[in-house]
Amino acid sequence: MADAKNSTVNKAYISFVSEISPRTNERRSLFNAFAVGGFICVIGQFLRYILQFMFSLEGDELAGAVSMILIFLSAFLTGIGVYDRIGKYAGGGSIVPITGFANSVVAPAMEFKSEGFVYGLAAKMFIIAGPIIVFGVVSSVAVGLIYYIAGLF
Amino acid sequence: MDTTTEIILMFVKAFIVGGIICSIAQLLINYTKITPGKILVYFLLAGVFLQAVGVYRYLVDFAGAGATVPISGFGYLLAKGAIEGAKKGLFGALTGGIVSAAAGITAAILFGYIFALIFKPKSKRN
Repeated sequence: MADAKNSTVNKAYISFVSEISPRTNERRSLFNAFAVGGFICVIGQFLRYILQFMFSLEGDELAGAVSMILIFLSAFLTGIGVYDRIGKYAGGGSIVPITGFANSVVAPAMEFKSEGFVYGLAAKMFIIAGPIIVFGVVSSVAVGLIYYIAGLF
Repeated sequence: MDTTTEIILMFVKAFIVGGIICSIAQLLINYTKITPGKILVYFLLAGVFLQAVGVYRYLVDFAGAGATVPISGFGYLLAKGAIEGAKKGLFGALTGGIVSAAAGITAAILFGYIFALIFKPKSKRN
């Protein structure tokens, strides 16, 4: 009885909330994500060419240097508060590139600095980056082991 | 095709492929309740999987930074390192992924720490 009553109330509440909450323009947000995400990748490609032709880097070293520069830029832009403003506009376009990974490290670290340098800054750096590193390590070891075992036969 | 055309074409391909990958994330944000943190994990795992089955490197060859800059490119790097390490032996299979992803992880932690020390959080603007 009570459950049935609650669920009608909940449904009414949910429809009320969805009525008054601002509707994000879905097509617009898709376009923004595409444009900003694409633009960040173009910057990455630009850095690739610069490092390739002017510093003659190649292979893994080239890829690593490009990510380091992008992460540096993004960490700086997060520090001065610019990246989060881009994020409001770009959504997925600023989250998925490696710059979004750097942003997810710096933003909580800055936010929780007031709680101390060990349990605040250093621990909270990994709120979002932690799971990425965990799943990255576990999945890469899984892939490595599968290839290793397959290579034995 | 001369080098200039090739370079311009590469920028276009990087823009389009990178843009499409980010648009998929935006679709997930718009139409599901998946949080951004989980989207990053899923895209990373997608990159690992696609390289493990040997597909993602074709996307990298085609689009360059358009495929390596998104977090799925980080997954690609992890899987690529693990596969190369596995050829050298068991130790390589265990460490290869993180070895090839070391630059990104080091940069994120180092620059993250430095800039979090230097800058104060901005007051929320609306």
